[in-house]
Amino acid sequence: MILNVNGQQRNVDVDPDTPLLYVLRGELGLNGAKYGCGLGQCGACTVLVDNRAVFSCVTPVVALQGRRIVTVEGLGSTDNPGPLQHAFIEEQAAQCGYCTAGMIVRAEGLLRRNNEPTDAEIRAAMQPNLCRCGTQVRILRAVRRAAVVIRTQAEAQG
Amino acid sequence: MTALSRRGLLTGTGALIVSAPMRGHAQTPPAVPLDTKDLPGSLKQTPYLDAWIRIDTDGTITVFTGKAELGQGIKTALLQVAAEELSVRVDRPILVTADTARTPNEGYTAGSHSMQDSGTAIRFAAAEVRQILLNEATTIFQLPVGQLRLDNGAVVAPDGRRLNYGALIPPGILHVVARPGTQLKTPGSYTVVSTNVPRVDIPAKVTGGQAYVQDMRLPGMLHARVVRPPHPGARLTALDTSAAAVMPGVVQVVQNGSFVAVVAQKEFQAIRAMRALAARAQWQAAEQALPKQGDVFAYLTGLPAQDITVLDSRHPQAGTAKTLRARYTRAYQMHGSIGPSCAVAQLQDGVMTVWTHTQGVYPDRAAIAELLNLPPAQVRCIHVEGSGCYGHNGADDAAADAALIARAVPGQPIRLQWMREQENGWEPLGPAMVSEVAAALDAKGRIVDWDYAVWSNTHSTRPGSAGSLLAGQLVAKPFAPPPPKPIPMPEGGGDRNSIPIYTLPSARVIYHFIPQMPLRVSAMRGLGGYMNVFSIESFMDELALAAGADPVAFRLTHLNDERAKAVVTRAAEGFGWGHAKPPAGHGHGFAFARYKNLAAYCAVAAEVSVKQETGQARLVRAVAAVDAGQIVNPDGLRNQVEGAILQSASWTLYESATFDAAGVTSLDWASYPIMRFNAVPDSVEVHLIDRPGTPFLGAGECGQGPAAAAVANAVADATGKRLRDLPLTGDKVKAAIGV
Amino acid sequence: MRYVVLALAALIVAGAGGFVWLGWYPAIAPVPPPARTSFPPAAVARGAELAALGTCMSCHTAPGGAPFAGGRALQTPFGTIYASNITPDPATGIGTWSEAAFRRALHEGVDRRGGQLYPAFPYDHFTKVSAADDADLYAYLMTRQPVRASAPPNDLSFPFDYRFLITGWKVLFFRTAAFRPDPAQSAQWNRGAYLVQGLAHCGACHTPRNLLGAEKSGEAFDGGEAQDWYAYALGKTSPAPIAWTADGLYAYLRQGWQAEHGDALGPMREVTDDLAGASDADLRAIATYIATGFGKQGPPGPQVATQAGPGEALYRGACATCHEDSRGPPFAGLDLARSSALRAPDPANLANIITDGIPATGETREPIMPGFGAVLTSRQTEDLIAYLRTRFGAPHPRDGIADAVQSARTNTAQLEAAR
Repeated sequence: MILNVNGQQRNVDVDPDTPLLYVLRGELGLNGAKYGCGLGQCGACTVLVDNRAVFSCVTPVVALQGRRIVTVEGLGSTDNPGPLQHAFIEEQAAQCGYCTAGMIVRAEGLLRRNNEPTDAEIRAAMQPNLCRCGTQVRILRAVRRAAVVIRTQAEAQG
Repeated sequence: MTALSRRGLLTGTGALIVSAPMRGHAQTPPAVPLDTKDLPGSLKQTPYLDAWIRIDTDGTITVFTGKAELGQGIKTALLQVAAEELSVRVDRPILVTADTARTPNEGYTAGSHSMQDSGTAIRFAAAEVRQILLNEATTIFQLPVGQLRLDNGAVVAPDGRRLNYGALIPPGILHVVARPGTQLKTPGSYTVVSTNVPRVDIPAKVTGGQAYVQDMRLPGMLHARVVRPPHPGARLTALDTSAAAVMPGVVQVVQNGSFVAVVAQKEFQAIRAMRALAARAQWQAAEQALPKQGDVFAYLTGLPAQDITVLDSRHPQAGTAKTLRARYTRAYQMHGSIGPSCAVAQLQDGVMTVWTHTQGVYPDRAAIAELLNLPPAQVRCIHVEGSGCYGHNGADDAAADAALIARAVPGQPIRLQWMREQENGWEPLGPAMVSEVAAALDAKGRIVDWDYAVWSNTHSTRPGSAGSLLAGQLVAKPFAPPPPKPIPMPEGGGDRNSIPIYTLPSARVIYHFIPQMPLRVSAMRGLGGYMNVFSIESFMDELALAAGADPVAFRLTHLNDERAKAVVTRAAEGFGWGHAKPPAGHGHGFAFARYKNLAAYCAVAAEVSVKQETGQARLVRAVAAVDAGQIVNPDGLRNQVEGAILQSASWTLYESATFDAAGVTSLDWASYPIMRFNAVPDSVEVHLIDRPGTPFLGAGECGQGPAAAAVANAVADATGKRLRDLPLTGDKVKAAIGV
Repeated sequence: MRYVVLALAALIVAGAGGFVWLGWYPAIAPVPPPARTSFPPAAVARGAELAALGTCMSCHTAPGGAPFAGGRALQTPFGTIYASNITPDPATGIGTWSEAAFRRALHEGVDRRGGQLYPAFPYDHFTKVSAADDADLYAYLMTRQPVRASAPPNDLSFPFDYRFLITGWKVLFFRTAAFRPDPAQSAQWNRGAYLVQGLAHCGACHTPRNLLGAEKSGEAFDGGEAQDWYAYALGKTSPAPIAWTADGLYAYLRQGWQAEHGDALGPMREVTDDLAGASDADLRAIATYIATGFGKQGPPGPQVATQAGPGEALYRGACATCHEDSRGPPFAGLDLARSSALRAPDPANLANIITDGIPATGETREPIMPGFGAVLTSRQTEDLIAYLRTRFGAPHPRDGIADAVQSARTNTAQLEAAR
């Protein structure tokens, strides 16, 4: 089947009920989405589907034909990080970092919908994602920082 | 970070290492016994300079550490230390972390020892290497050392002549034992240490680079899952493998006694096959039933115990005005690593290589070797990052599981991933503990007598030996778990931080060490320090209240350590302690401890809100002050302490493992909730007190205890009720405050 | 002819006058907010239990708002009503209400000033609460934290925004009444009946309503609706595959879940959260009373052999992991062969659950279920629901699915837009 991942059409040969997480990691070699629980409780597997954040661990690929999937790899690279990635680096918003890719994608889903979120809105949007190391205060700062950048860019583009 | 290829990992780059074979180099015993007792840090155990620093002819600088990156930023900090003393830019050296084939044996990355042991060793080794380089250069240039300049890996003469480090080093020159008394750089000249070098591992982590053992992909790699017994002690009586064996992609079913695993081509195929196998396995229940959750403290304190006198300087005084006593309890708590444990193992040419996020590659190697009945030299454990472990989680066991499976499928790399339910159900927990304290105040409100007792299981069942591994207990010829031993003071286990740092004219501390473990337990960040500091610092507030004293002033009255007082004062000032009453429904609390009474100092002031209708408490803001000796990376230190405060607040307000007669039942995040964004504090400030030129003090665990007690004291302030039973959940607070 | 017209006019005037007279209530004089210490602690404690049973907190607290301070929107077929502030704030709450005024509101549906209250406030049930319980409830509410907060104005369609029309509604559908115990039943049963008919107002959701929003007499507990969720029939027409017993009902009310029926969801989850403050004895009494309605249920419909198709692949990939886990409720998924949602006459609950899941609230042990609203399209959600309801033997398995899915997704979108 064909999946649209980070703007590219990718051909994968998997059973249709395979959760997207294992297809991303096993078939496409992507690392961002991670296995944390497989139950939709922790958000380490978060990806965007049509600009909405979802748990890839409970999303069967059969549901994703013709949908646009974006992982953290699609938001930028170490040479050219996107606004959220840049903000997370500036704020050093990671300790072990295992939750970080999921956090960035969850935040991306929020900022695509609302680039002027209040603190309460950020917290509500990030609620599905867990961080065990206790980095959440920095994560909130990074999201706020990225929101300013994104908003400024959007305003500059009119 | 470039892709982790097997070739790159095993062979490294071309280099001059003389007089020692590549593998097991760090273990080569010296021909003559050396007197290393005056060497600093881990140089005591590993005194040869080239065990720590290697300089190749092409100028590549490699630094070796026996410690592992756990997400605490140690890679970056050690690179800073090495780069500083070697006078190179921080991006110049390559750091090799814990690998039984390449690095010193520094035991476990635990106990907040990494900077104290490894950082110190690297610091002094690098400084001595710099001296050696300069000495070589003086000979070659025929110039005194004072005229030479170091420039990012080269020694430069005033006339511009330049020699790269690689060209300066004759073979074998670094294969010398370190000399005590090497001169370090002075803090005033630091360019790298004490700066906020960005973490070297973060860029890959935010862009989906290969950063974790979970991300490893080796040619021919297969995916595996284990089928665990339904509860500890259950034994496999029958296993019908016929269905699983023919499922798509399944390569092999592995069974050895009660150890069951399945190997498949693709990961989801392995998961499906695991479920099919689990459904067709029959088990005989364990003999022993667990105590009821509500009875666990009575059960534990009723078990046989070894009574260890930790401190006995009891001189009961006359003139006692008031005596108080209290009893505190702490539930079993979970490490709760976000990424369930994972390992990759491969048996090739008689050598078992295991890529693992264990905190101790050498001890895990020894246990796996015993499990597989292989000489340790034929087992290699290489640390690759996992998610934060916060102590002894499932990593060591996953490594052993992977090795056992790899033995059954020789030649092919096996990636073994635990499921969430398996991590929650089988990781060793932070032990349930009880403490009792009685103290007396004189008429002036000073403590004149202190009597403290703590009950706990061991805080370390780390391998070491195959019997400590789940796989070792499950195989057909099982290994007996070694009898648990208490960790001696000054480190301590259940008695860690049981000796108050306060000046007390009469004090006694007893540790009731309970060998029998109803639930599997081991080291969790802070060990007994979390509970002991919670108890001591809660009780200090209870005493302050009885003495009519302000909690901060009361502590200062009883402290003689100037650095302790500085940290207490700074935290209180940063918080605005005593400036304003908290708003309705809020409370303020304070706590302080020096981790192990010998590592970092940490004071925390907290504001907590309590919802009247539900009793639910939330940490609103926290201000901490930390003294970790010479700071290497200020932001890294802040990050660790902020994290400790949030993590400890989560433990303190929500967390307890649940279990029934058979075993642990808190198998997912719904049944074991931890802090989510709705409860994250509004702000956490960490003030650092830098002590340039003083020894490194381990800070990774210094926040757990003080944060817990600060929160508890704030809850008491908000509600007027003292709660002593961790965690301080909403229903407990509600029961205390009523309607 | 002139006389006929005059007589008609007189009748209308008399009728209108009677109407006005029926609907007129005197204002009860405001009192200074009573001192908290004037209420005995036992009364306050008992009042807390009663407020839990009445689930006052759920309706009278806005999401993220102060307890009892009102502002929560209640969707009705007639528009949106915002719950009032029942904290003892003198300006915006009930701080100046005497106990008599409070009791009148519960018994007659009239506020302190004599104005009609919309029956969204279920005084058709609360009228049965005893005077002693009124007093304890009053003691509890008057000792809560006063909060200055005014609810937004109601947004009701014409002509329902005219409060005086409630008089007509009351004439047709409401009588003040006291609870009448059944001497043939046990004390526990009667206690349950008193609570269910009165404070707990179960019928307000679980009984179908007529076009004017009144509970249909003679159809008590035959299934109703609450906030776009279907409140299952509590009796012989219950869709639960395994019969409810008194023990099972008690466990469900006490814990918010039960092994054979799953977790309380939607508005019922708020109810069981509130019921955490109720006593065991009262919950057992309610369970006893409700259980008699169930009696003997028929066996569940047989499971249809699984049909290949888009719904089936979605089920295996999205649902099976948790719903075929042997752990079961409260934390792992319910074995769907036991699900009431799958067999209910209305697929609304299934659409809601699949779309929104059970969001993680943190802080306490609660079930978590991922929502699939973003993962699945409307069409995929419909396919999945059709598969599930067909497989598990729902009556008319394909009816109403599109509407239920659209409604669920609209509600989600509104929630997200409001964030």
